[in-house]
Amino acid sequence: MDKVTIPIGPQHPALEEPEKFMITLEGEKIVGVGVRLGYNHRGIEKACEERTYIQDIYLIERICGICSHSHSTSFISAVEEIAKLDIPKRALYIRALVGELERLHSHLLWLGVLGHQIGLDTLLMYSWRDREIVMDLLAAITGNRVNYGINTIGGVRKDIEKDHIENVLKAMDILEERVKYYKEVLLEEVTLVNRLSGVGKLSTEDALRLGAVGPTARASSVCRDIRSEDPYGIYQELDFKIITDNHNDVYGRGVVRIGELDESVKLIRQILKNLPDTPISVKAPRRIPEGEALFRYEAPRGEDVHYVKSNGTDKPERVKVRAPTLANVVAIESMLKNGYLADVPVAIAAIDPCFSCTDRMVKVVDLDKDKSNMLNWEDLVKYSVNWYKDKGYDFTKIKLK
Amino acid sequence: MTEEQILQNLTQKFNFSEESIRVQRIRRIWINVEYERFFEIFDYIVKELSFTHLCAMTGVDSGSVFEVIYHISNENGIVISLKTNTPRETPKIKTITEYFADAGIYEKELIDLFGIEVEGTPVGPRYPLSDDWPEGEYPLRKDWKPKESEAITNG
Repeated sequence: MDKVTIPIGPQHPALEEPEKFMITLEGEKIVGVGVRLGYNHRGIEKACEERTYIQDIYLIERICGICSHSHSTSFISAVEEIAKLDIPKRALYIRALVGELERLHSHLLWLGVLGHQIGLDTLLMYSWRDREIVMDLLAAITGNRVNYGINTIGGVRKDIEKDHIENVLKAMDILEERVKYYKEVLLEEVTLVNRLSGVGKLSTEDALRLGAVGPTARASSVCRDIRSEDPYGIYQELDFKIITDNHNDVYGRGVVRIGELDESVKLIRQILKNLPDTPISVKAPRRIPEGEALFRYEAPRGEDVHYVKSNGTDKPERVKVRAPTLANVVAIESMLKNGYLADVPVAIAAIDPCFSCTDRMVKVVDLDKDKSNMLNWEDLVKYSVNWYKDKGYDFTKIKLK
Repeated sequence: MTEEQILQNLTQKFNFSEESIRVQRIRRIWINVEYERFFEIFDYIVKELSFTHLCAMTGVDSGSVFEVIYHISNENGIVISLKTNTPRETPKIKTITEYFADAGIYEKELIDLFGIEVEGTPVGPRYPLSDDWPEGEYPLRKDWKPKESEAITNG
């Protein structure tokens, strides 16, 4: 049978996240996958070297809108290790609170994106509506829906007030009910279960061999979570489960993320219950003594790694960021092989890719290249939804309660 | 094994001097090695000590040399940052993809951003720079500065 190569992408200003996948088909099955990243590379690491540590917090947290706090906390914690600062407990609790709220809104966003990729837009509407509860909390506590600016060297910039605490706890009660609902949908909605099962398969061995991280790895039974394995902040004082699943597919990745929503609700309640009465920051030097540090953080997408080297001035010598999606990209190729072209959108969406985290430089690309044989993302999603409709998976006929 | 035990084990096996290896804090070990000894030590740490997860690979421009730091972790969350270096005039290292299948993309970053040659790295597209990026321009080198942007005006 003839092999046909279909490029999907590349960058288009209208696409949400610019990346390029080269899919080689034999008949309907995928026999080869190539991934070309770099369209969103912004030169952030270089830019960090020319700005002070405080300026860099604002730059680093804009690597990604949804993993914003993860990046900010990782960077600042590495700097604090070099400066040998003892961060007050209340600051660490507030960082953890914002981190878990971030995980909640990130996973809820993901649930909606997943729904959209398969044509189940009701799921998108419901989950993004529920997500607004978390966005409102973050806006009230930090002053912003994304890019919170809550961190500073030595602690946090804002304290959490009594009103905030009450509102967060009320919101957690509502979200707990919503999570129960999503769990039911994922268990009982047969069309959904069948649509997602067996898609994007990644064995435990391959997950480990290819260095997959986060929910992507945990859905292949890899029981690893940086909050537990290499605990940071106050996670050692908190009680939580690492959620894993053994389906090794997109369905499993859904089970894991919904389970983590539950755990984050529980964590937030513990954090607020045990919030100590200490200052929210310590004074930090402007010039950071020579040194280096490596920090790892469990971002919603998985292990986020930051390396910082200082040179005694107020600007870093080197800042290196390895965001979680880059670790999972290698696994995409393995997941898509032997699947159908129609599986591509949901399999890729299931690793919850944040190409902003992974590529960091903006450039406008000549769109006339490859025009004749390119599928942009929306076309591929439409193709996928129709392909599965022909096989009996019609999500327009599904009424979610 | 604890960090201290790992430090003892490695110091004995490879005769490290006190300056070459340190436990900076809990779960963080830092080791400096010359490139001639790199693979012998790397192999031992990955295979015998079971540091089986590659967290990241960092390139650093340190003037006369480029440092390459391999950050690898074990199941107990301990990270060994193994630092080696290659001369600035002819920077060249070998791939570690036999140990870590996912290392290819990190090696591509070193090639694109520092101009370090990586022997044996898998064939594939470059990362992260664009296909029309000019040759010989390595942005993360300290002597590379971005050009001033020009304002584009009509007429």
